[in-house]
Amino acid sequence: MFFNFLDELRSAGISASMKEHLLLLEALDRDVIERTPEEFYFLSRSIFVKDEGLLDRFDQVFNKVFKGLLTNYGQEQVDIPEDWLRAVAEKFLSEEEMEKIKALGNWDEIMETLKKRLEEQQERHEGGNKWVGTGGTSPFGNGGYNPEGVRIGGESKHKRAIKVWEKREFQNLDSTKELGTRNIKIAMRRLRKFARDGALDELDIDETINGTARQGWLDIHMRAERRNAIKLLLLLDVGGSMDPFIKLCEELFSAATSEFKNLEFFYFHNCPYEGLWKDNRRRFAERTPTWDILHKFPHDYKIVFVGDAAMSPYEVTHPGGSVEHFNEESGAVWLHRFSNTYPASVWLNPVPQQQWGYSQSTKIIRELMNDRMYPLTLAGLDDAMRELGRKN
Amino acid sequence: MSKFGRFSGTDNYVATDDLKVAVNAAATLRRPLLVKGEPGTGKTVLAQEIAKAMDAPLIEWNIKSTTKAHQGLYEYDAVARLRDSQLGDERVHDIKNYIKKGKLWEAFTAPELPILLIDEIDKADIEFPNDLLQELDRMEFYVYETHETIKAAERPIVIITSNNEKELPDAFLRRCFFHYIKFPDRGTMQAIIDVHFPGIQKILVSKAMDIFYEVRDVPGLKKKPSTSELLDWLKLLLAEDMPLDVLQNKDPTKAIPPLHGALLKNEQDVMLFERLAFMARRNG
Repeated sequence: MFFNFLDELRSAGISASMKEHLLLLEALDRDVIERTPEEFYFLSRSIFVKDEGLLDRFDQVFNKVFKGLLTNYGQEQVDIPEDWLRAVAEKFLSEEEMEKIKALGNWDEIMETLKKRLEEQQERHEGGNKWVGTGGTSPFGNGGYNPEGVRIGGESKHKRAIKVWEKREFQNLDSTKELGTRNIKIAMRRLRKFARDGALDELDIDETINGTARQGWLDIHMRAERRNAIKLLLLLDVGGSMDPFIKLCEELFSAATSEFKNLEFFYFHNCPYEGLWKDNRRRFAERTPTWDILHKFPHDYKIVFVGDAAMSPYEVTHPGGSVEHFNEESGAVWLHRFSNTYPASVWLNPVPQQQWGYSQSTKIIRELMNDRMYPLTLAGLDDAMRELGRKN
Repeated sequence: MSKFGRFSGTDNYVATDDLKVAVNAAATLRRPLLVKGEPGTGKTVLAQEIAKAMDAPLIEWNIKSTTKAHQGLYEYDAVARLRDSQLGDERVHDIKNYIKKGKLWEAFTAPELPILLIDEIDKADIEFPNDLLQELDRMEFYVYETHETIKAAERPIVIITSNNEKELPDAFLRRCFFHYIKFPDRGTMQAIIDVHFPGIQKILVSKAMDIFYEVRDVPGLKKKPSTSELLDWLKLLLAEDMPLDVLQNKDPTKAIPPLHGALLKNEQDVMLFERLAFMARRNG
């Protein structure tokens, strides 16, 4: 039973297992729900979906699997006299149009369709309003009779069960959404690695009891507090094409500063070259040579580049390609040095992933980063942090 | 079915259809129900109302960042025993005197079948849910100090809430029913208000809700007001006897709603509204 459903869920990326499936069958067996499609939908949703980000996807799968089975479920037949239909149609159609329609196909067939439409319309408007539709558009107007037109007329049957999931009301919660600081912090917690380090300022109760029992006198043991031992170096692209993403980057930056104790950051423009800076107002006066950075921060630092990677390809590949100054060595060389020095490095790109293919420089940088470029969304950040966490 | 009837909301709580299905399924099959949702949409209240509706005692276990899984089972107070042994107290000979029952133990051995609320499970350490896996699955655990197994005679109904601060492990999720309380639409909101303020004027509510949903729609708000904030705000409006025309006043230069302190909980949000009002004045 419902194996098809289970398969579809799994192929849609909802990690449903045998356990959930058995639970669903058990629930049905014990008559937990009334036997209506809505209740079945609610029950299976609460069993299979464990993350509100996946609700929309579940709705789509449910729709796909059960659509054929449920379309006519629970609908009361409304009997509409045929001559009334005809009268209605004639009232709204000119002679010419009637002829045209007849030319299109069988009159009876069309009448049948119209009848169906009317039933749905009645349901939708609960018999109160004009069934012709709201806002002055008559379903019998231009194109009202051709197949497309008819379909338009019949799409919004709010009362019916199937519409509950066809509405897909959870769609804006999908995990590719934009981030808020809180979400960013949660994603960054993937990187936490606790270590006891520093001053011995915490009473170690277990050790104290142990020692006391062994020694016979009160033997106090202290230990260091647990701290997050991850070190992060954040390199941010500023100016120019990054301007639309300032808010996003600010959020990322503020989340990162509060989450990590050992956080260092530098700015660059478009592509990192031989100098980086910490203060954007004084970026020509106070530059830190990139060589110094590579030497100063040990290789267990994790590097996160944030940039749109959209520029002229020469800015990456050629010496002297920079738009602001003459660079002796190309950006590609510098990126190489970074990824050689720091095994754990990722590039976060605020531009939507679908658009990456249109920019040559994005492709080049992505290759230079060994494909470790992630979109700056919740899901992307999650993947990036996982990647960083993998390396030690 | 158990002694419990079907849950269908209470006098104080409006339950949507999907929530009813989830609660009833979890209560019948005795699997934990995991409830998520925006803060202030009534996650914790749900457990209290279920307990009320089913006339069962409620055992609340509020989780903090320092809470450990074993604290829910029992705690062995070794320090007290050590002290007693030094003082020559008689109690020291029975280890049972130093075992403090946790909330799960309480729930497993309660004389009347209880509802167990594990509130804000995401506050605890990442490993916390994993540590409770077996206990919640089999509803039993072993006490090493006294060599006894504590087993629930009947599986209690377990409600777990989460604010989504941490991801919960897959194995844990597989054992739960899940319900996401989404922000109520206007119809549901009206029902909720009717339940809380039966005598309130219709026009006042409708105006207040207009303003409330407008406030929620303002882009860039740090913390959108939720159901509990709306209820607080209405309470204030009633207490202040706010004349209707203040709410009806659609003057854009007064973009900040009256008594906004109940709706906007963030300095920056209030600033944002003041800026909007300023801009409206300048353009007007």
